[in-house]
Amino acid sequence: MWRIGSTILAGLAALALTAAQPAMAGKADDTLNWATDREVAVVDPYYNNTRELVVMGHLGWDALLFRDLDSGEYKPLLATSWKWDGNKRIVLELRKGVKFHDGSGFDADDVVYTINHVSNKDNGVLTYKNVKWMKNAEKLGPYKVAINLEKPFPAALAYLSNVVFIVPAGHYDNAPTKPDGKKDFGSVKPVGTGPYKFVEVKAGEYVLWKKNENYFDGSPKGKPQIGNIKFRTIKEMNTQIAELLTGGLDWIWDVPKDQAERLKSKDSVTVENAKTMRVSYLSFDVDGSSGQDFFTKKKVRMAVAHAINREAITKNLVGPASVVIPSACHPDQFGCAQDVPKWDYDPEKAKKLLAEAGYPNGFEFDIYAYRQREYTEAVIGDLAKVGIKAKLTYLQYRALRDLVWKGKTPINHMTWGSNSIPDVSAITSNFFSGGRDDPAKDPEVIKAIEEGDTSTDPAVRKAAYKRALTKISAELYWLPMFTYAKYYVYSKDLDFKTTPDEIPRFYTAKWK
Amino acid sequence: MLSFAIKRLGVAILVALTVSVITFSMIYLSGDPAMALAGEAATADDIANIREFYGYDRPILVQYLDWLFRALQGDFGQSHYLKTDVASVIFERLPTTMLLGACAISFALILSIPLGVISAIRPNSLIDRISLTIAVVGQAMPSFWFALTLMLWFGINWRLLPITGTSSWLNFIMPSIALGYYVTPGVMRLTRAGMLEVLASDYIRTARAKGLRPLRVLFKHALRNAILPVVSLAAVQFGFMLGGSIVIETIFAINGLGFLAWESIQRADLPMMQAIVLVLSVFYILLTFLADMINAFLDPRIRVT
Repeated sequence: MWRIGSTILAGLAALALTAAQPAMAGKADDTLNWATDREVAVVDPYYNNTRELVVMGHLGWDALLFRDLDSGEYKPLLATSWKWDGNKRIVLELRKGVKFHDGSGFDADDVVYTINHVSNKDNGVLTYKNVKWMKNAEKLGPYKVAINLEKPFPAALAYLSNVVFIVPAGHYDNAPTKPDGKKDFGSVKPVGTGPYKFVEVKAGEYVLWKKNENYFDGSPKGKPQIGNIKFRTIKEMNTQIAELLTGGLDWIWDVPKDQAERLKSKDSVTVENAKTMRVSYLSFDVDGSSGQDFFTKKKVRMAVAHAINREAITKNLVGPASVVIPSACHPDQFGCAQDVPKWDYDPEKAKKLLAEAGYPNGFEFDIYAYRQREYTEAVIGDLAKVGIKAKLTYLQYRALRDLVWKGKTPINHMTWGSNSIPDVSAITSNFFSGGRDDPAKDPEVIKAIEEGDTSTDPAVRKAAYKRALTKISAELYWLPMFTYAKYYVYSKDLDFKTTPDEIPRFYTAKWK
Repeated sequence: MLSFAIKRLGVAILVALTVSVITFSMIYLSGDPAMALAGEAATADDIANIREFYGYDRPILVQYLDWLFRALQGDFGQSHYLKTDVASVIFERLPTTMLLGACAISFALILSIPLGVISAIRPNSLIDRISLTIAVVGQAMPSFWFALTLMLWFGINWRLLPITGTSSWLNFIMPSIALGYYVTPGVMRLTRAGMLEVLASDYIRTARAKGLRPLRVLFKHALRNAILPVVSLAAVQFGFMLGGSIVIETIFAINGLGFLAWESIQRADLPMMQAIVLVLSVFYILLTFLADMINAFLDPRIRVT
């Protein structure tokens, strides 16, 4: 018996000694490991529209312009200067001496090639709206190009700095052909000019980036500091936290509030709540197409607005960086007027309005949601206090959006991240221009948005959007709820700055 | 025996086809796949563009038959998300899941058979009650909770085992225990019941009367017969583990077929989902077929039922 016990103990001791240490983790081997729950297989920001590729897009590639998040100003990146030539053409001077990761030099041919490739609908860029505003690009000299627009698009600079990354000329030309005869552009090896070079991807496991030692001087992004950046896919949040606490990871985000609060007691990590560009809103069925016509009455919509304690939701559920919003946009976006009609929390007023609308004892309806169920449940709780009984149908996003487009939802609780574009055209114009997403199709709002979307004069744009946003809030086509905030948890060894647009700039991170 | 085998094979093929049809229909019931591919930020134009690009504008029946025809030739098409050949991805990840399943079933058998035998030798003893407790806990405890408990103690508190990945054999210890434990109760109770029945039979009494050593009687004469139904059960449970490893692979970040299935469902990667369901169904059906054959071979009465 003793022999068996000794053998087991020896086995356990051997196990403890040989237990594998996390590979390539942390300050010791100069590798920043970050993880999300998504699998990344395609490493190309045009052919993978996940948030992970938005983040990696800024690591591996450069855009023509750089938006300074502190000042909101646009600064030179691959373009050294730019100017509008009318309202449908931008002329840009390009930077000299920049090299792609494959050693080739950057010039006007690369810009022309990139823009002509991505703006061609046949080439299947996934989020086509990011690039469809560009008609084409033309070479004006070795380091000078013009970008021609389909129509006036004043938010062009925001898109040029955020989502239009430059690849070398001919980059996609040798893409393999799929069995259906179409080109597989997403499988081309990533090459950019960015501060990190692509090394390897293993779908479902990791994407590895290495510091670009030859990153050009004078970039507003600064020189990269950390040797390697490794993205890992770890689906389960508890596993991510376990890896963070044991040194296998250095950075995670989207940590639920309760877990983030508990992690504050750990000495090895920093917990931070930072704002994002995503907003939450309730959209009403104002034309009664869902078959439940309660919300065709403005007084009922007003009652709902007064019944929901949005401050309490932001404070208790979302996090300290979240704020209640009055407008159908994010306060950080250009043109997002804040002096619009506001709806304060006043349950007594809500009850009175319900009685005036003919529902003194409330009513029962269906509410639809797809994200953060607890936020919608808080809304349901508040509505119950004034006598409105909401029955939750919780769906996957794609299923819900389909229903929204068909007008089958009395109220849908949705969110929108605007692709981190700091301009109201990325949200208000998307939802109130009369398209399938527009719950009201109000001609006055549509006209104001059209004016804002096509003028290059900032003052004209602001005034036009304000008219639209005022009408949207006054009529309560939407009840804007709050901005989202994310909990970031990262190693104490890491010097990292959170950003308000939900795009962590790992190229600025360094070890303490 | 041959006609029995042919009948079972026919049923197996019909089941595989039915599973593929139902799965295909369910994918469409959960929403528009073009919308899922386009992502949250996509506009109506983006989605229409993708619908046309991937051929989702064709009738569903045409899409299904097209896929089935190609699948029968070993071509599962291209993954919309991974942008690569579906078959190559599946066969790249299948060994990891097979290894995990093999480790888990081995753990379950190593734990449950000895406990089942001991419980049968000493029915209603302390060890039998302990075994019963293990069985009840194993059936009642959710695998994700057990996995997280293992991770907490062996990964975080004691730092004995790595938490994620597949880079060494140590990575497989916790997932195998978490996956295999759920199977333990069934095997243990079946072994116990089988052993109790066999130990009470005449030929065991005769063996004992001949003066054979107790261990020889137990392992050579009794267990050999009692374990036959356990082999059938283990085969079926192995199939269950291949399909049921989704939770465990997700928790331990193991890049196997279960994790791939979960990811594919989330991103509505139609070709990948269809292929995974088909491959797992075929495995499960083959294992069930094998178990049926073993049982029929051992017990001729089954062949005529």
